[in-house]
Amino acid sequence: MDTTRLIIVAVGGQGNLLSSKVLGEAALLSNTPVRMSEIHGMAQRGGVVESAIVFGDAKSTIISDGKADVFVGFEPSETLRALNRCNSDTVVISNLAPLPLFTVAIGKGVYPDIEAARELIRKKTARLIAFDGIALAKEAGNPMSLNMVLLGALIQTGKIPVTAENVKETIRTKTKKAFVDINLKAFDLGFAAAKKCG
Amino acid sequence: MHKLLTENPGEKMLLLGNEAIARGAIEAGVAFTSTYPGTPSSEISLNFFQMSQESDLYFEYSTNEKVALEVAAASANCGVRSMCIMKHVGLNVASDALMTLAYIGVKGGMVILTADDPFLFSSQNEQDNRYYGKLSGLPVIEPSSVEEAKEMVPYAFDLSEKLQEPVLFRTTTRINHSTAFVKLGSIKPRVTKGSFKKDPLNYVTVPAVSRKLHVKLLKNIETAKGISEQSEYNFIEGNGNLGIICNGVSYSYVSDAVEGLNIKDKIKILRIGFSNPMPETRIKNFLKECEKVLVVEEGEPVMEEAVKAFAQEAGLCFEIKGKSEALFPRLYEFNPEQVQNNIAKYFGIPHTPAQVPDLSDVPEIPQRPPNLCAGCSHRATYYEIKKVAEKMDTIYPSDIGCYTLGMLPPLSMADFVICMGGSVGTSCGFSQVTDQKVISFIGDSTFFHSGISGLINAVFNNHNFTLVILDNGITAMTGHQPNPGVDMGNLKLEGYGRVSIENIVRATGVKHITMIKPYKVKKSIEAIKEALSYKGVSVIISEEMCTLYAKNLRLLKPRSFVITDKCKDHKNCVNELACPAFYIEEKRVKIDEDMCVGCAVCAQICPENAIMPLKKG
Repeated sequence: MDTTRLIIVAVGGQGNLLSSKVLGEAALLSNTPVRMSEIHGMAQRGGVVESAIVFGDAKSTIISDGKADVFVGFEPSETLRALNRCNSDTVVISNLAPLPLFTVAIGKGVYPDIEAARELIRKKTARLIAFDGIALAKEAGNPMSLNMVLLGALIQTGKIPVTAENVKETIRTKTKKAFVDINLKAFDLGFAAAKKCG
Repeated sequence: MHKLLTENPGEKMLLLGNEAIARGAIEAGVAFTSTYPGTPSSEISLNFFQMSQESDLYFEYSTNEKVALEVAAASANCGVRSMCIMKHVGLNVASDALMTLAYIGVKGGMVILTADDPFLFSSQNEQDNRYYGKLSGLPVIEPSSVEEAKEMVPYAFDLSEKLQEPVLFRTTTRINHSTAFVKLGSIKPRVTKGSFKKDPLNYVTVPAVSRKLHVKLLKNIETAKGISEQSEYNFIEGNGNLGIICNGVSYSYVSDAVEGLNIKDKIKILRIGFSNPMPETRIKNFLKECEKVLVVEEGEPVMEEAVKAFAQEAGLCFEIKGKSEALFPRLYEFNPEQVQNNIAKYFGIPHTPAQVPDLSDVPEIPQRPPNLCAGCSHRATYYEIKKVAEKMDTIYPSDIGCYTLGMLPPLSMADFVICMGGSVGTSCGFSQVTDQKVISFIGDSTFFHSGISGLINAVFNNHNFTLVILDNGITAMTGHQPNPGVDMGNLKLEGYGRVSIENIVRATGVKHITMIKPYKVKKSIEAIKEALSYKGVSVIISEEMCTLYAKNLRLLKPRSFVITDKCKDHKNCVNELACPAFYIEEKRVKIDEDMCVGCAVCAQICPENAIMPLKKG
């Protein structure tokens, strides 16, 4: 089958490892071959955490610069920073709620302007789906469900060979029981938000 | 039940490479496991640790890799299948044991896993541990994928028993930390008890014995070579006359490139999975059918040099390349596009490289480096030492752990780091040849690992420095593994001893020992002043539990602080502590309530007393 390459970039602590785990398990349900790789040595120390997920028959577990078919950014400045992973055909999904850069707090540089960032990303890729994912996660009941919000938006694009039903089934069986309802709601809100972005 | 103990052959499971390796060992009937934790190998040990709590599998966190290897070597020489897990630099620590263990060999299967880290995602160097295979004479097995890693572990155990030698199982980060579907096999029953048969002429390595054992080792290498020639893990694919020889993750990139360039009819691939000893005849036969060969391997040109030597012996004179300026570097990890581009370039295959968007108009984005956590006690200790040493000409030798992150400004509290335990040893030399004040830092786990011998050296040779032991009660950096100083009661585990760092320091003969609680800023500063003015070896033990660990154990209930209207914007809190819980909003410092754990260090240094506990309404 054709290869689809997905990159997810987040800041340590935002829960992107769970979103890739859910995608992987959902791929297993869908009988879709999948390989992933993650660098999580610094996951809890506030650094940038990147997951590469390759659907299809490829053997590699990492994705070279310019080769992401779909890109999910958990934080707007990190989405912008990782633009070199995309190309003019890439579909980008990004949360727009920023996580402050500590380097900015100590006076080293300025946080990029979000509107300008949106414009840049839109210009250089095929499509940008961007919204305040934290607001939706809070609406679902927990800001930590941002990962499920973005998963919903990702599945809505139809770019990933995994069905919404299989992702929801995985959320039901593989995420913590106490959070299942919130996670499902977050997934639906993200799905709807992406639909609205057209 | 632990998922890796599942008895359901044929079931497909989504596993991390490290889980697949642990499962492979379980399927091989491994009964005895030991480690010192180190990324990227840590999850293998974590899974063994968890499984040992609900089965008869033995697992231990040893004090360092050398001890871990010795522990496992003894077990294997009693006939018990044993595995020892470490990161690449850990094998340096264990190498003394390794080199002569290769002479003695083993009775039960023994697999030594070494996890290399090309690109240094979380390491101090990117050494290529395949050289340890050559150096010790031990077989080296290298998987190319997560599934293969699981398959190869039982193979390595069988090989070890056949040869009566330990086997090195070499992975790289992209095997350890990749995830794929793995088909479970059946689990061989564990044999947990063995017996030791005295045989001093084969076990006690005095020179007369070792001279004979070295002969035996060389014979074993020959036998291993025969097995390597036949091994199903050294295989050939495709049938062109352009040859590629590759190993490990490079094989995945090569396969995808050959597919992507649509050159299956032109290229023949020799994948080496049993890489020491190299299958010489197989390689020579492969070369004879080629006109041009590319060697694709991350790290050092280990295979390339061997292949070139084989070609010379076989009288073959065509181009063989691998590492060169125009092709592959010895640095960092490879990626699929780089491999594809190099294959196309080397063999003259038409190809359009991936287009990366022009990013010249993207503004520079400030870095987001990893940082000590909000409320981390290391930050408090660093702040206090820095204050006391403000007017001193200092050297800060440091060590391997979370606290190495203190090198970043504004703390800037690390000047020299080479290896585990190196803070103490280097302090001896620095203090001897300079008139600068030497203040070194080491964590609790690293102190047990290899800091103690340096400290004894310092006392014996009467050096002059202050060692700060940052005791946060856990091995934090690699994901909260126990060490000999940890209270295992916190984990509700029985049957462990506990070693006091203070008692050890006292026993080495250090005369000036100071205990501080770093969250108490004034008191700590007073105590540090005294310790730093002491001539000779002084030790400060700074005790405060890792905040992440304390939160996990629910021993710490975060209580956020807030910056009140009394703030006159000195910004000492942000500029001197650099706690990630601070952020700036409309030019005012704010505290992120969700991040702040309430260590109150900033509240104690605020000149206006403007930082107060948040009253939840």
